[in-house]
Amino acid sequence: MDIPKVNERWTSQINEVTIGATADQGGTRSKVITVGGQTTLPGMTFEGDIPNSPVIAGYVSDVVPEWPDFLKKAIGNEINSPTEWAQKCVQEFGCDLISLRLNGADPSGDDKSAADCAKVVENVLKAVDVPLIIWGCGDDDKDAIVLQDCSAVVKGENCLIGSAKESNYKTIVAICKADNHKIISEAPVDINIGKQVNILLQDAGYDLKDVVMFQTTAALGYGLDYVYTILERARMTGLKGDKLMAGPQLADVGGEVWRIKDAVASEEILPGWGDPERRGPSWEAACAADYLQAGADILVMSHPSAIKTIQETITQIA
Amino acid sequence: MILIGERINAGFKDIKEAIINKDPDPIREWAQKQTEKGATYLDVNMGTASANPDDFLWMIDTVQNEVETPICLDNNKLNVQKLAIPTCKKPPLVNSVLAIDEKMDEIFPTVAEYNASIIGLSQDAGGSPKNADDRMVQAGNVFAKAMEHGLDPDQLFLDPIVMPLKFMQEQAPEILKAAGQYTLFSDPSPHIVCGLSNISNGAKNKSLMDRTFITMLIANGADAAILDVMDDELVNAILTAELMMNRGIYADSYIEAFRG
Repeated sequence: MDIPKVNERWTSQINEVTIGATADQGGTRSKVITVGGQTTLPGMTFEGDIPNSPVIAGYVSDVVPEWPDFLKKAIGNEINSPTEWAQKCVQEFGCDLISLRLNGADPSGDDKSAADCAKVVENVLKAVDVPLIIWGCGDDDKDAIVLQDCSAVVKGENCLIGSAKESNYKTIVAICKADNHKIISEAPVDINIGKQVNILLQDAGYDLKDVVMFQTTAALGYGLDYVYTILERARMTGLKGDKLMAGPQLADVGGEVWRIKDAVASEEILPGWGDPERRGPSWEAACAADYLQAGADILVMSHPSAIKTIQETITQIA
Repeated sequence: MILIGERINAGFKDIKEAIINKDPDPIREWAQKQTEKGATYLDVNMGTASANPDDFLWMIDTVQNEVETPICLDNNKLNVQKLAIPTCKKPPLVNSVLAIDEKMDEIFPTVAEYNASIIGLSQDAGGSPKNADDRMVQAGNVFAKAMEHGLDPDQLFLDPIVMPLKFMQEQAPEILKAAGQYTLFSDPSPHIVCGLSNISNGAKNKSLMDRTFITMLIANGADAAILDVMDDELVNAILTAELMMNRGIYADSYIEAFRG
């Protein structure tokens, strides 16, 4: 008896987004990174094409994040310098690109000036030859000033700029159109807002083919569950032809995992949970592997051993 | 939702005159306007304005030279349809075939060859269906025949035959019931389509009746309709009903996004 074919047939393709520009393209990167372009779900190569493998962006911050000591130690002294940290991400950890967070700009933190931030961006750009993702600090008013200056110093480099939300999309569109950068559209674990932000970007005259979608990442419990299902549903909707949901997706695993107690607390606080030096990176790797399966195309990661694990996972599923 | 723009039809005076005078402008204009309003297909029907197949091909060409929207070939002669299918730049939707074996055997091979789609009516030589069961039997025959000819359910549009409310009020619930049952033929189901304006034929409040009935049809599985895409309220109701059926992802600006 013939077994009927039960392959899913998708009608559409996820947008292909390229980040970075080589000298020929008006930039200074040694290579560009392209994500998206698939016509099926992750790993389902028998149902469609997956022309580009998911990539890992090394998490780099202009100021040292409030991370556990064992993580800082695993990264090394370079964590104190964004340029050295970025170099180590590329040369030693093998990251495909750099995700630079300008946390120092936060008005409730170090409140660094836009000029200082732009200097950091410029230096990181010179220090590495991979494409850059550049984020503000998350404060809309401050980011409007900071990202404008930071975008200008990397004009022509085709960076991915984060992030556009309902509250600030006009500013981000103006900046990215002026300097020819790509945009991250952000939503707070909400697929409806995710779609809405994309509609707004389109209304503002920005081409959705240049957008990477980002649901604020969760790394624990219900949150992880929600974000997983959102990424998966968004991907299926995109593959079914909803052009507003056809963007590649980003998960900020490294930015989220190290904020949760369960990944970092010591054995005294969590008896029986094991050494956080092993638990933490395992947690980051587990989250990243989950999001890979859900449909993430860019994983922002921080712990070198978690990065190594996921690099192997990507090789296995691609 | 698959929106089939009804306007390029010789039932409308301007189109009839355009065909008789070989004036392409009204056809171009409606092709453009309906495409801008989001039509998925453009119905092309020369009605009684001409019996010459060349006029039908001329209408198709005129539309295709103006817009890229695929054509819904609306002609009651299958030999004319078979001539027209290969002239379409994009796979057309053939409107329509009765649930009669010889008719289906005549047209399905060409539909399959050109990867086109076809509307199968829930009606055979015996005339209009009388109730939901009647419709099921006819649609079942169409479905079986289509599969026999190697068509995919995605290429088949089943039409439960919408009848005027004013004259055949008892048919409306039967139509809805039949549509709901068509969704069970396969998974994924074939498309379910209707000529929407039939419901309001001869009545007042046409727009309201069309709008109300299409939302009820959508709730029963319909995903395509031949309709007036220029009627914004009608299309807005469709977009909303589709979200209520969880067929897409809600966003606050879903109407604007469609019009964008």
